[in-house]
Amino acid sequence: MSWSTIFNHPLGLLGADSFPFLAMLSSDDSDIFINGLLGSFAAALVIISVMVVVALLTRYRAWRTLWFDWLTSTDHKKIGIMYVVLALVMLTRAIAEAVLMRAQGAVGLGGGFLSSDHFAQLFSTHGTIMIFFMAMPFLTGLINYVVPLQIGARDVAFPILNSISLWLTAAGAALVMISLVVGAFSTGGWFGYPPYTETLYNPGIGVDYWIWSLTLASLGSTLTGINIAVTIYKKRAPGMKLYYMPLFTWTALCTAIMMIFAMPPLTVVTLQLALDRYLDFHFFTNGLGGNQMNFLNMFWLFGHPEVYILILPAFGVYSEIFSTFSGKVLFGYKSLVWATISIAFLSFLVWLHHFFTMGQSGHINAVFGIASMLIGIPTGVKIYDWMWTMLRGRIRFSVPMIYSLAFIFLFVIGGITGIMLANPILDYQVHNTVFLVAHFHNMVVPGVLFGMLAGYTFWFPKAFGFRLDERWGRISAYCWIFGWMGAFFPLYILGLMGLPRRSVAYEQASYVPLEIVAFVGALLVAAALMALVIQLWVSIKYREKNRVFVGDPWNGRSLEWATSAPPPEYNFPVVPSINDRDAFTAAKEFGVGYQEPDAYVNIEIPQNSAMGPVFGGTSFLLAFGLVWQIWWLVILTGLITIGTLVMRGFQRDTLKIIPAEAVCRTHQHWIQAARLALPIKRSQEHTAANKGRAAIETVEVPT
Amino acid sequence: MISELFKRLEFYLDARQNKEIFIYPGLNLGVEHSDAHTQAEATVFGFWVFLMSDAIIFGMAFATYATLLHGTADSPGPRELYHLGPIFIETLLLLTSSFTFGMASIAMKYKHPTSRLVGWLLITLVLGVVFLGMELNDFRAMFAAGGLPTQSGFLSGFFGLVPLHGLHVMAGCIWLVCMLGQIAVHGLDSETKLGLLRLALFWHFLDIVWIFIFSVVYLAGLA
Repeated sequence: MSWSTIFNHPLGLLGADSFPFLAMLSSDDSDIFINGLLGSFAAALVIISVMVVVALLTRYRAWRTLWFDWLTSTDHKKIGIMYVVLALVMLTRAIAEAVLMRAQGAVGLGGGFLSSDHFAQLFSTHGTIMIFFMAMPFLTGLINYVVPLQIGARDVAFPILNSISLWLTAAGAALVMISLVVGAFSTGGWFGYPPYTETLYNPGIGVDYWIWSLTLASLGSTLTGINIAVTIYKKRAPGMKLYYMPLFTWTALCTAIMMIFAMPPLTVVTLQLALDRYLDFHFFTNGLGGNQMNFLNMFWLFGHPEVYILILPAFGVYSEIFSTFSGKVLFGYKSLVWATISIAFLSFLVWLHHFFTMGQSGHINAVFGIASMLIGIPTGVKIYDWMWTMLRGRIRFSVPMIYSLAFIFLFVIGGITGIMLANPILDYQVHNTVFLVAHFHNMVVPGVLFGMLAGYTFWFPKAFGFRLDERWGRISAYCWIFGWMGAFFPLYILGLMGLPRRSVAYEQASYVPLEIVAFVGALLVAAALMALVIQLWVSIKYREKNRVFVGDPWNGRSLEWATSAPPPEYNFPVVPSINDRDAFTAAKEFGVGYQEPDAYVNIEIPQNSAMGPVFGGTSFLLAFGLVWQIWWLVILTGLITIGTLVMRGFQRDTLKIIPAEAVCRTHQHWIQAARLALPIKRSQEHTAANKGRAAIETVEVPT
Repeated sequence: MISELFKRLEFYLDARQNKEIFIYPGLNLGVEHSDAHTQAEATVFGFWVFLMSDAIIFGMAFATYATLLHGTADSPGPRELYHLGPIFIETLLLLTSSFTFGMASIAMKYKHPTSRLVGWLLITLVLGVVFLGMELNDFRAMFAAGGLPTQSGFLSGFFGLVPLHGLHVMAGCIWLVCMLGQIAVHGLDSETKLGLLRLALFWHFLDIVWIFIFSVVYLAGLA
């Protein structure tokens, strides 16, 4: 790179042919035309959605609110909500891609309508989005919202860092989205194995989009991990021992620690691939001493802990839900804690099972196979604990519980196929088939996604002050469950029949019937997503009748239910003192759930900060500049980023004070509401009578 | 005498129970700094956690280097490219800079005049910059001898590891300049102190990483 390349090509590699729409028009090939049409349709959807959002914001004069109340906010609750919004938006795109792929599968006998390149882009973006821009933001959002409340803290340890993490993730997601409009995404899968992703085989910019979106996401997640771990270690309310923490907080802690250790290998491996592609290094090339196994080892050294980073918070959500909706203390609390810790630990010892077939000796495979099977033990402990929690409880079949029950059944099936795959001999047979696809979707959909959706339903009233519509929630849940079963059980059979994964078309007519079943399943999943949108719409429309201002609609057990819904900015007017597990249940039973403190004090909380949005903007442009090799943009945004950091160091007085009178007023208002509200029984949970005050009902637990 | 000893022991045990001293290695904000908020506690602890994460990044770079060591692909290897002389001097420079930063921390802790603190920091900065200059010179000499990262896997591994440390040192130097600026603008307020505390950790951490580079890359490469 010299100065002349910087100034002679101000737009880098960008040209008219970078836009799929224009490329489509200039081609006479009908195949390119159909794929171009689909691509352009998707691009148009992105542009139109952005325009609609902009128009709505202008129409309702919401720009100021958006900027001051949300984008620059350092409140962990708002950041958590923004994470979940990001996750839901990205979920929509990735589901659309999934349906498209299954549609291609249904007509894929000897061809289909998608080109292999387009298909490869679809499974690459689908995987990348679902892992990094759906599941990760979703769980980070829930953790962000719930954990500080559960441990009785006012905010996370580093509120501005929290905002920066959100914005880095959002910038990565934006990069994936813009790849629809400008250029094309990688075709190398969500894992991007070299040498296929090296410049020799992939000279275009697709892989670079993948590299930089992942780098941004992994940096964001590393910082999130640090933030959550420090929050849980240092910000717990007085008296809250580690063993008093709710299980969701425990899983959040383990996930955070795993993020701290597992994200760096991903950062390293994507940057090394970038060095290979941009500066002709030889980390992973075929010749000149490169070693592709390094990529595999490091990628899965991240990738395997990653799947437990995803599943542990979901386990945490299920633990809260089983206990709350059975009206019982969580069974085997300590065993659940230790099972979580064991899973987190073991997850670092099994990465090699992702490439049993890559030629290492049988002994090594055996060791990793056994280690992988071991994970079944703590997971089994958890399953039994949850079932014992339900035993003789008074179970309510509400939406979160429906997800949780489906999870138990389906996750066990996924676990069993996992044990099958942990055996290298079996793995050799099915590794490159859709059996594997069915297995990991079995873990991440009924495991992670159901958990996230259950958590979304569970905590929504806390975050927004009104319950979600129960009927549409159930429709959505059943569509998810049966849609998932329809889409993936056939893949187990197809895999055993030998259908290779990641292939756009096939030649065996015997695959067709099951492919069609899978497509129908995928349509049902799309319907589930629609139902989720309708649920949100209906719930907002009838919000007044579903208000739960007092804040405890489900007779919750942990501290987050001890605040108003939505909670004030500072969460707790007086930091609570804890001397038991299930702190709020204990308080309610002793009749001290809604008490006035002796005195109110001034509360210091961090001011809003533009650091996050600035980082989001610059890192997005920096990555975009790197993808298209627009070097002046890279230098400029790099300097702005560093400059912002330096300036921040010079800033003082970053706190604002909420005066005691204001705290008192807010709290009194809530206490009055709580006293006026009629405590309701669980049988009235879904009626308008539920204002968020729970009646004490004793459940007889046989000894 | 003995009862005095027991009293002291009791005091320390007591303090440990209250987690007031020795929470983690390094300067602790203990009993006498309790007004410097509990936030300071979390900030420093958070930085330790960050360093742990950064250590993994270096660990991966080391592992990459180790596995690519034999992938020289007929281009120059360690014996042709490494020269212990300058590397030894660089090691001394970096170790000395850690010592001088330690002196700076002491000057801060015992409230010596700010000029003394600034003096130690400036010496540290100079040592860091000289280290970087010498390292760049090493790389230039390697390039001249045909040791470019584009030549082989081994050289990619080398240039993926050693300059990574160099970049960290550069970041440390920039940070040090910023801290001097903060001292000039704000004096030694608690935020500046916290910044210096974290920078010190960062600086010593880089020193430790360099010890590994010195042993694993250079000494082992020439052995």
